[in-house]
Amino acid sequence: MLYPDTVESVVLVHQPRFVATMFAAALVVFTVFNLTGTTMGELMRPVIGEPLQSGFYGRFAIALVIAALFCLNIVLIGFASLKIQIAIVWIELLLVFLAFFQTFHLSLPFIEQKLPFLIAQGLVTTVYVSAISIAIASLIAILGAVAKLSTNGFAYAIASFYTSFFRGLPLLMQVYLIYLGLPQLGIIIDAVPAGILALSLCYGAYMTEIFRSGIQSIDRGQWEASRSIGFGFGLTMRKIILPQALPVIIPPTGNQFISMLKDSSLVSVIGVWELMFLARTLGQKTFQHMEMLISAAMLYWIMSICLELIQSRIERHYARSKVR
Amino acid sequence: MSAETIIDVRNVSKWYGAFQVLTDINLKVRKGERIVICGPSGSGKSTLIRCFNRLEAHQEGEIVVNGINLHAKMRNVSDVRRNVGMVFQHFNLFPHMTVLMNCMVGPMWISGVPEAEARARALKYLERVRIPEQANKFPVQLSGGQQQRVAIARSLCMQPAVMLFDEPTSALDPEMVSEVLETMTALAKDGMTMVCVTHEMGFARAVADRVIFMNGGQIVEEATPDEFFTSPKHERTQVFLSQILKH
Ligand SMILES: Nc1ncnc2c1ncn2[C@@H]1O[C@H](COP(=O)(O)OP(=O)(O)O)[C@@H](O)[C@H]1O
Ligand SMILES: [Mg+2]
Repeated sequence: MLYPDTVESVVLVHQPRFVATMFAAALVVFTVFNLTGTTMGELMRPVIGEPLQSGFYGRFAIALVIAALFCLNIVLIGFASLKIQIAIVWIELLLVFLAFFQTFHLSLPFIEQKLPFLIAQGLVTTVYVSAISIAIASLIAILGAVAKLSTNGFAYAIASFYTSFFRGLPLLMQVYLIYLGLPQLGIIIDAVPAGILALSLCYGAYMTEIFRSGIQSIDRGQWEASRSIGFGFGLTMRKIILPQALPVIIPPTGNQFISMLKDSSLVSVIGVWELMFLARTLGQKTFQHMEMLISAAMLYWIMSICLELIQSRIERHYARSKVR
Repeated sequence: MSAETIIDVRNVSKWYGAFQVLTDINLKVRKGERIVICGPSGSGKSTLIRCFNRLEAHQEGEIVVNGINLHAKMRNVSDVRRNVGMVFQHFNLFPHMTVLMNCMVGPMWISGVPEAEARARALKYLERVRIPEQANKFPVQLSGGQQQRVAIARSLCMQPAVMLFDEPTSALDPEMVSEVLETMTALAKDGMTMVCVTHEMGFARAVADRVIFMNGGQIVEEATPDEFFTSPKHERTQVFLSQILKH
């Protein structure tokens, strides 16, 4: 929370100076970008005549209308309540994106035809690879964090070497090293396990640091109280320290999960048929790259949103013991 | 003087690096005895009682608790700690558990008490510290005095042989001090063996069998409350008492 003051601040978007500035900026921007050839130009035909021949007058008139609509929109949103503001802004930004995609003239039938396979094969593989990697990475992270905080020299050395190494190399390189390097040692490894291994090790290293700082954030008094009851290290860690560290650990871990979901696309380089791989190959034959790339992009985004929702639910769950 | 000895401290010294915190401490706590430790801030009171359940290590001398000698390589430290309750200045309740769970986990996870029995026991001791109605709240929802009483109940649930208190009232608002002291007095009346670090002289007078005065890591004076308050022998004790009782 930013803990807002009880005195309301002035609504920025209702200040004449702010609105005027926005208006001027929009006017300049849309005058510079020539919009006479777009739908907007067509709509303005009654005023400016043949759009493409209207010259500077046409451009200026279009920019004027857009800037006016833009400022009116902002001022009106300023009157709405918080929730409605959030909803409207989200919807408007989405519409802007749709308008942007519109300019690609995407073939919807092609998307419709390929989408089922993109989901059944690509999305499923992506989810499956990231879910397993996330689980393994979390396990590694707990072990790594305990090792890094321990007074055992071996454990500390191994853990710090591990985090240093796997945070220090590009993930793409780790994927190659594991897929192409392990066979040199006589360990033949399939593409999917190799990808999972690379992702787990890399994210385990990052998450080790997150877990370490989470554990360190717990007051020393908790350790002492737990010990004074007679709990050993395992019980203290599992039942007292980690549960309290979780609210600290979860937001950055959620970040890592989302990031891992997208980084799982890197295993496409070793031929795993996940979302990114299919997005690049499915459109190749008919040169319909954009269709597949944008579909995959939307799928990634939807998955991320799901993870965000899950994360906020968990955070609310842990906020329980904090409310008075 | 035939009662069994619960804590036996013999010639104990302790250092933090080059700094000597405890110097040649000798102390016996017998079953049923109530001992109050006082002394100026930094004199090593907390450090001393934290050695009794080995939250701190001593370097010289011997500490024997319930017949078990405390040392760095011991494998049964848990057997000592489950029999030594400790109440901290800042309560140190587990904030992610309800009050009831705070009291149940020790018996359940350490003594292997079945859940139903642990619950009954927890409620019994919460009753004893007079807050059974708060059982399902989380610690943050309680006042300081209530939290400290829960902390006492949590320790009692382990049915310890001795209770250690480290300035249990010094983090409390003045109006909450008495509720905690009353709880402690009631505990003493029931025959609990207690070692209390506290500056509550009224409590010491009413409850203590012996008052121990520490200064600079040493036990300077050891006396019955009457002797201690009416005719302290050492000059340092007199100065301390005059400072504390001035207000
Ligand atoms: N972990 C530590 N490291 C170094 N010095 C410490 C540590 N803990 C306590 N001390 C020092 O030991 C002395 C005794 O501390 P303490 O037992 O807390 O005193 P008291 O409880 O009587 O106020 C103080 O001078 C304090 O600064
Ligand atoms: Mg102290």
